[in-house]
Amino acid sequence: MHELSIALSIVDMAAEEAERQGGRVVAVHLKLGPLSGVVKAALLSAYELAREGSPLPDSELIIEEVPVVVYCDACAAERGLPSMQELRCPVCGAPTPQVVRGRELEVVALEIET
Amino acid sequence: MNETRLVQVRQNVLKQNDVAARALRARFHEDGVFVVSMVSSPGAGKTAFLERVLGSLREHYRVAALVGDLATDNDAVRLARSQTPVKQIVTGTVCHLEAAMVASALEGWQPENLDFLFIENVGNLVCPSTFDLGEDLRVVLFSVTEGEDKPLKYPTIFNTADAALITKTDLSAAVEFDRAAAYRSIQAVRPGMEIFEASAKTGDGMERWLEWLMSRREAAREAAVPSSIETGKGKT
Repeated sequence: MHELSIALSIVDMAAEEAERQGGRVVAVHLKLGPLSGVVKAALLSAYELAREGSPLPDSELIIEEVPVVVYCDACAAERGLPSMQELRCPVCGAPTPQVVRGRELEVVALEIET
Repeated sequence: MNETRLVQVRQNVLKQNDVAARALRARFHEDGVFVVSMVSSPGAGKTAFLERVLGSLREHYRVAALVGDLATDNDAVRLARSQTPVKQIVTGTVCHLEAAMVASALEGWQPENLDFLFIENVGNLVCPSTFDLGEDLRVVLFSVTEGEDKPLKYPTIFNTADAALITKTDLSAAVEFDRAAAYRSIQAVRPGMEIFEASAKTGDGMERWLEWLMSRREAAREAAVPSSIETGKGKT
């Protein structure tokens, strides 16, 4: 359960940015990849704890889950994968060790009220 | 009326850890120490395996280990029997090691006097996957008693590791371990991954593993030479 420390980092990051921008954070937008090792539901409940007593106590965490994208050598193309259990090109079936995206754990935007 | 605006940020949440890990990696390369981290579920045999590895390598190399646990220094005490420098990192309630913990554990140590540094992570197949520790290699261990589908259940940690090591192979027959199925699971979540098998009890499989480890260290040293000449920081 490392989601709480991650939620705290998100709150810190957002608070810092809000101070720079001047205003109140209403929502934090996060991009989350399945290979980040972070679970969406756990992060959402951790966020509720993390925001308490912070400069953004009523902010909302909005998570966009992004798929794992691999590069298939055989097809010479990027492919989205339906599952992490099988790193294999969904089109040609070749093994695809090269992960292009899917490790994201990134604050992409803040909604700031002024 | 209040106005809400959308501010684009694009910040990696793990930036702090990544920065600390990068600093560690640069320092390890500078010092010429090859760093291997080990992750597994609790009880997969990390400490027993590491005891053997330290015992074998210390004949020819300068080795040391950092070992992370939620509580107790039992593992450090065990590993110290191998007569190599060992330091325990007690993480308290934290379920994984972070780069900053490694950095502070190294205070007062001279990694430049080492050839290999091993970092045994907290027993956990979930949380450690998220945190880079500045290591050269991350090895994920799982024992024959845990089931052949372990990699499918924890694809993230297997995907972020560089090699897989199947432990407690002396128990294979007793638990009817399906070796082919285990290999299939690993290759499914991490195609092309290097796989090793070992028994810390009998010593079976240790030779291949140690040879690979030494060759990876050599390869890292060779790769490091040109850049150290370029930057003028090379040691002679």
